[in-house]
Parts: sequence; structure tokens; C-alpha cells
Amino acid sequence: MGTATTEQTDSQGHSTAKVEERNRAAVRLAGDSGDGMQLAGTQFTATSAVVGNDIATFPDYPAEIRAPMGTLAGVSGFQINFSSHEIHTPGDRVDCLVAMNPAALKANIGDLNDGGVLVVNTDEFTEANLNRAQYESNPLDGNDLDRFQLYKVPITQQTLEAVKETGLGQRDAGRCKNFYALGILFWLFERPLDTTLRWINNKFGRVPAVATANTLALHAGHNFGETAEMFTTRYRIKPAKLRPGTYRNVTGNQATALGLITAARLANKPLFYGSYPITPASEILHELTLHKAHDVRVFQAEDEIAAMCSVVGAAYAGNLSTTGTSGPGMALKQEAVGLAVMTELPCVIVNVQRGGPSTGLPTKTEQSDLWQVILGRNGECPLPVLAAQSPADCFWSAIEAARIAVKYMTPVILQTDGYLGNGSEPWRVPEPDELAPIPVTHPKDPETYQAYERDDFGARPWAIPGTPGLAHRIGGLEKADVTGNVCYTPGNHQRMVELRAEKVAGVIRDVPDQEIFGDESGELLVVSWGGTFGAVRTAIEDARDDGKPVSHIHIRWLHPMPANLGDILKRFKTVLVCELNLGQLQMLLRANYLVDAIGLNKVQGQPFRVFEIIEKIDEVLGGKN
Amino acid sequence: MAADTPPTVTAKDFKTDQQVKWCPGCGDHSVLVQLQKVLAANGVDKDNTVFVSGIGCSSRFPYYMDTYGIHGIHGRAPAVATGVKCANPDLDVWVVTGDGDALSIGGNHFLHAVRRNVGLKIVLFNNRIYGLTKGQYSPTSDFGMRTKSSPQGSIDHPMHPISVAIGAEITFVARAVDTDVKHLQYVLDRAAKHEGTAFVEVYQNCAVYNDGAYKYATDRATKDDHIVYLEHGKPLIFGKNRDKGIRLEGELLEVVDLGRVSQDDLIIHDEKATDAAMAYRLARMHYPEYPVPLGVFLAIEKPAYDELMMDQIAAAREQSGPGDLQKLLNAGDTWQVE
Repeated sequence: MGTATTEQTDSQGHSTAKVEERNRAAVRLAGDSGDGMQLAGTQFTATSAVVGNDIATFPDYPAEIRAPMGTLAGVSGFQINFSSHEIHTPGDRVDCLVAMNPAALKANIGDLNDGGVLVVNTDEFTEANLNRAQYESNPLDGNDLDRFQLYKVPITQQTLEAVKETGLGQRDAGRCKNFYALGILFWLFERPLDTTLRWINNKFGRVPAVATANTLALHAGHNFGETAEMFTTRYRIKPAKLRPGTYRNVTGNQATALGLITAARLANKPLFYGSYPITPASEILHELTLHKAHDVRVFQAEDEIAAMCSVVGAAYAGNLSTTGTSGPGMALKQEAVGLAVMTELPCVIVNVQRGGPSTGLPTKTEQSDLWQVILGRNGECPLPVLAAQSPADCFWSAIEAARIAVKYMTPVILQTDGYLGNGSEPWRVPEPDELAPIPVTHPKDPETYQAYERDDFGARPWAIPGTPGLAHRIGGLEKADVTGNVCYTPGNHQRMVELRAEKVAGVIRDVPDQEIFGDESGELLVVSWGGTFGAVRTAIEDARDDGKPVSHIHIRWLHPMPANLGDILKRFKTVLVCELNLGQLQMLLRANYLVDAIGLNKVQGQPFRVFEIIEKIDEVLGGKN
Repeated sequence: MAADTPPTVTAKDFKTDQQVKWCPGCGDHSVLVQLQKVLAANGVDKDNTVFVSGIGCSSRFPYYMDTYGIHGIHGRAPAVATGVKCANPDLDVWVVTGDGDALSIGGNHFLHAVRRNVGLKIVLFNNRIYGLTKGQYSPTSDFGMRTKSSPQGSIDHPMHPISVAIGAEITFVARAVDTDVKHLQYVLDRAAKHEGTAFVEVYQNCAVYNDGAYKYATDRATKDDHIVYLEHGKPLIFGKNRDKGIRLEGELLEVVDLGRVSQDDLIIHDEKATDAAMAYRLARMHYPEYPVPLGVFLAIEKPAYDELMMDQIAAAREQSGPGDLQKLLNAGDTWQVE
């Protein structure tokens, strides 16, 4: 939305572009998977964060490292929504699209708003690339793109020209074209170059030719915007009014890693992270290896099973023990998670969900592991489950998971997803006094120690090897109540199964009451969980602005669920559960609360778009507003 | 007792109050007793010791050792133990496993614990049968063996644990027989003192489902002709009358008669050999073609995984100081909102 327009001429009198002020803009960079779009997007994000916009990002990339060049399958995109007010999503549609080749144009043009800015790299619109993208004729020649502000820029040629002086070969020189495109975007949206220039120096400082080339390309793109007299308008998005504090941009996976380290520090424990690489969770592993000075013990295991087993071992030996994985890895871990339940050892399992079943859609998001984590183990095997709602919230969720794990002596599963893990947003760095210590006690007295005696929260004592006089054996066989010796008697098994269930149900004491956004009762209650928070909340805000009788609850604790949840559900005529699966939370709500909930279910590997939710709300309300 | 002398530990101190439930005549009893004796002899602190096992008859072992212990899940003991050791490298961590547990369901974890050289002592009770599930062939059962799951004879070829361990870059590997208690103690003692992964294969008799599998190596009348003890720096000589030896003939090992071949031509055992080729050849000596080697095949020094992990943490701390949490959280590009 344009709020103000001014003519602008800079001091050198280069540009005559007008400046249009907007509340927000969504930009998508799209190209071949080798074109460096994720990198350019990340840099645009970092700069937008530093200038103080609220941001939400959505990287969308193929599972193949290099799908066949120029094809639709190989298109990699990075979308960022940046705003002068608080936003929750990367945006349904975009105001600006950079298409580095015909396939990128074809795959993304449908999401560009009419009148939006379209920058294309004309050098890649060759006969061969048009064929690979299955274009019958060059779309740049017809008038199909007339409804956009189309800018045809020979990005490849211009980049090669700009970096000539570095003496880099054609191939390496050409790889700088993402920085050229970024330079154009920085100009278009009035962003400073310094954050990216600093990054280039840090990253490529050891290879001066590459550092220089990328710097030159970035400047060249920026200068092109300034001098080409091609662009008629620049866009200004003012800083957002966020809560005061120090901010940085984080992805969900980064925030998860920082949360785990923080939790270990708050518990005064070494952090153990045993994990096997898996998309889209590997970034947690990568991030943690950078912080060994915090006594982070990263173990890259031989497989998912070993990773989880090592977590059980490290928990027994007294570390804050954690792992991260995604759907298929979660499935493999389940037997060992059961061992952690039986041995009642504290640990945190982060499941960065992706499209399933089986290998499914490794790089795409989904919420289809809810049943798996709540119901998916042999035997009666309950454990607490919570879900993060935004990239930055992964930090707080990781700490919360750890706090519950040690307090109740139980494995805790933290559900995030690919959308949260890879997406980013500004994160207000907590002040030290916002981080409460995580109290941990270890028994010391051999006279009173019993391995399976329980405290007020149903937790057994965490006696760690090396403690004099407390040598004891635990394992996967059923335990005798109190002593923890192996015991198969019928009554004991019933009792132990019930004690474990009661303990996990008792976590409800630490689950805050469910808050309602909107009216406390009424026509329609929309329910969501996990990474869909942003899209659903935005839809409800919009719907309520339009006077629609709809409220929203976003459930953080999936097991156990908040104490007042059943009561809330019964106060609404219709309960609509929005989730990226075929109705997993919906079924749990129906089963637990006998509520006739209906669902909005999307399984396309893509997050919800706000309009999809609004359409469903309208359908349910049937014009009642 | 003087205040500065540690309390004396006896084998009895390692016994738990739990009834040992292995069958009478099972070789497991012997390993339990010998290991308790070895730990006591070494003055091991039982509160600083952890026994980790998987599933199977042998994996009940931790319940009978009054140390810390985890009876884990099938095949995964090396992975559980790796977690224990990384969380606290000061602990003595033992893994007790069987042929099915270590080599079938847990093959992957066994290989990787070995190649990483984690500071674990892995004792494999090899009885060449699945005992706890009542008598199916295992990955070390002989080809053609008739069992409950192979009534017409097994068509699986057996796996040889020591060959596998050497292939996975083991730094200490040895073999003993359950009934030869002195030698078993010697081997366990050597394993206990090794820094990285120590792997001991114990020929263990299952009295119920595979009785007599190692009769050739245990029968007093004939065993000396069927086994050869490996002793560092000494020639490979065996036989009741110590009249036979092993030499290298081309690429192959050959059993020779010392009446016709000089002792100087025999292989001199070198457990510290940096090239594992000879150890591998010895591991390929199977009954009845060859006498079966007992003793330490290899004992070489290489930094343990857990030690390297802690070194990296120490190096990171040296470089950047002990982690400052606020510095970590405020790292990267930050900005202020007033």
C-alpha cells in the first residue's frame, strides 16, 4: 500500500526514481538451485532485520543438490516479507520477483501481485532454457507480463563485466550474479550494503579474488539501479515498532540450537547432542558444533537409532542430553525413546517435521508427525510433547522442553517443522534475568536412595555414575515400583504403567492455561498448533477486522493439553482445526474432548496461505458476519 | 586401615543381590566371575564403572554386577555406551554383548564404536546361537547348522567377529575361552587397561542350544592341538608336545612340524604391528584347518574418541574463553529497538 510518494534526486543527480513508502513488501528471489538464491535471500533478510523491519522468511528449495539445470524441478526460491509493523507470515503473494531463468519465472510468476516488480535475467532466456522450462515461446516477447513492472536486465553479462578486473574465470565470475541481483534489490528497497559487504569479507576473506568479485557484483547491481534510469520507483519500508531490546535475525534451527545451549547452561550441565544428519534438521547439528566452548558435546552418530541410544547413555551419565531429527529419523528413534521412557531419563528430542510418509518431501514442510510422536511407540509409552510456533519461539520452546525433561525425569519431544527450521524472523535477545535457572538435583545419600522412588511430581531421582554408593542398574525391562529391580508381576506392571502415565499427565501443572485470541465463546473457534501460527493468526486478525465472529487458539502443549482446553472447545458452535496433515490434532481433540471438530487440511509440502484460511472461515460461517 | 590407602576391593564387592538366572553349565557364569576378579584385582572403583548391554542371555550381565549399569535395547549397547563415555570420559565403560546382539541387529553400532575407538571395553559372548529366543541360528553359526529356524541346515555363511573388528580398525582385539579361566582373566585384564576400544571375543558354551560348539578348544585331551596362544614377541608354537608351529608360506599361513622346520621360520607374534595384515591372517585361522588363536591379536595406541572430543572442547575454550552465554546470544548482526 503506497502511503506517500516523493520525487527523489540524489546528491549526484543520478536517479530520478520516485520513492514510495509502504507498510510492507514481500520479495521472492528465484533461480536455479545452483544460482545462490538461498544465500542472496539470507543476505537480504539480514539487512532488512538490521534496518529494523519485522521480517518473516520462507526458503523453498529442491531436495536435489543440483537438479538438472534450468528445469522446473531445479527451481530454488527464497521469500521474505518485511514490514514496518508486526507480521506473522512470509506473505501469500509477492510484490517483487527476481527470476534468474525461465524456469524460475514459470514456477513463480503466479504468485506475483498485479503491478508488482518483476526483474528477469534476460541472459538466461535462451532457446535451450526456454525448452527446459517448457515454454513454447519466450514470455518476455509477448504481452503476458504487461500487468507487471517488467525489468529486463542482462544480469549474467553485467556481472561478468563488473568482475572482469579480478581475473576470475567465466564460471567463478558468473557465480557472483546472485550478488548483482541482490544489489538491484538493495537499491530498489533502499537497503544499505554494509551488512552484506561485511559478510562477504568474513566469508571469503581468505580468497581475496572471490571477495572482491562478490563485492564488485553487489555494487554493480546497486549502481545499475541508481544509474540505468530503468526503474521508476524505489520503495521505503520504515522500521517496525517492536518491543525494545537487542534484536538479531535467527532461523528456527539456529534458535533451537541456541535454546539447547542456553538450557544446558541454565541447568549447569554439559550439553550432549547425538544426531544423524537429516534434512531439514541438520542445521541444528551444524550450529551446535560451533559452540564447543560452552561444553557442547556433539556426537554425529552412525544412524538415527545410535543417535537416540547415545542420548539415553549421556542422560544416564548426567548431561543435558538432546537430539534432533526429522520424520523418518523420528520413526527409527522410537524404540530408544521407549527406553528413555522406561528408564525415566531426561532428554529432549527435536523433530523438525517434513513431508512424509517414508522419504516423502525432504525439504518441504508438513505437520504429519503428531500422531507419531504422541502415539507412535510400542507399549503404553507417554511423553510430553510441545510445538514451537515461530522461528524465534524455537529458542524458548527448547528451554521449556529441557526444563520439563529434568523436572519430570522424562524424554520430551519438541515439534518444529521445515518451515520454522529454515524460516527466520527477528528475535529479541533475552536479558539475563529473563532466563531462569533450571534446577537439577542429584541424590547423594546411599542410605535413602531408591532408583524408582518418586518425588511430588512423580519423578524418580537422577543418580549419576560416579556418585559413591549409588551404583544401580536400569534398563528396558519392567521395573519394580520404588526399587527399580526387574519385576514381571502383574500388579506391579499395571501400577508402573499407570505411574508413568500419571507422571506425564501431571506435566499439566506446568502447562499454562490456553489463551483465546478473540471472543471467549461464539460462532467459530479456529484451532492451530506449531508452525502454522503465523498464517492462522494473520487470517483471524483479518477476519476479525472484517467483523467476522471468529476466535483463535494456538495450542503449544500437545501432550498433555492445557487444563482449560476442553471447556473452551465446548463454548463454540463450530471448532475448525487448521493443520498441515489430514486431521491429526483434529482426531485427538475429538477423542479427548468429544467435540465435533472439523478440519482444514493441507498436505502440499507448503505452509498455509492466509487466504486459504479466510476462505475456509467464510465457508464455515456461510456469510454470517 | 590407614586413611591414605584405598579400601581393598574384592570380587565379592562386585556381586549384586540379584539371583543369577543363566542356565547351569552356561559359559556366562565364568565370564562374570573372571571379570569380577579382574576388576577387584585392579582396584577398580565400582561407583566409577558402568556396564552397558543390549538384549540376549549375555546382556543380563549388568544386573549381576554391582556397578552402574544399563540393560539397553537389542544391538544398541555400543551406542548407549558411547553416550555414557562422551558424557563422562572418566567412567570405565564396559559393553557386554552376544553374537546376535553385536553382529546381527547391532552390527552397525559395533562397527562404528570400533572405528571411532571410543574408550569402551566390549566383551562379546560368542555361543554361535540365539539362546534367549530358544535356539535359532546366529550370524556366527556354522553354514549348514540345523536349528529351530534352519531345520534343513543354515544357508547363511558365518561372520567372524575378530575379522570384522580388524576390518573396522580395532585398536585392541583378543580372544579367550570361557573354561580357560586364567587366560580369560589375562585377556580381560589387558582389555581393562587399554585406552581406546578393546574388543574381546569369548568362546562361550551354550549348554542348552549349542552344547559342545567349542569342544575342540576346551576338551583337555585334544585342545592343545587345536588352539595356539598368541604371545607378543614369541613364535607361534602349539600342540600337546609343542611340536607344531605356524609359518607364512607366500601369502598363506601354514601349519608346520617343528621336527622338519626350524623355529626361526615361524611367525613371531607382534601385537603392536601397525599393519593389521598379519592379525587379520591370524583371525582367519579356523578349526579344523588350523588351530584357533587365543590371546591378544592386536594392541595398538591411538587416541580415544572421547579424549579427542574433550580436546576439541578444551581447544575451543582456550581460543575463546569458557563460553559466555550473553555473548553467544548477542552474536552476529544485532540491532537495537528503542
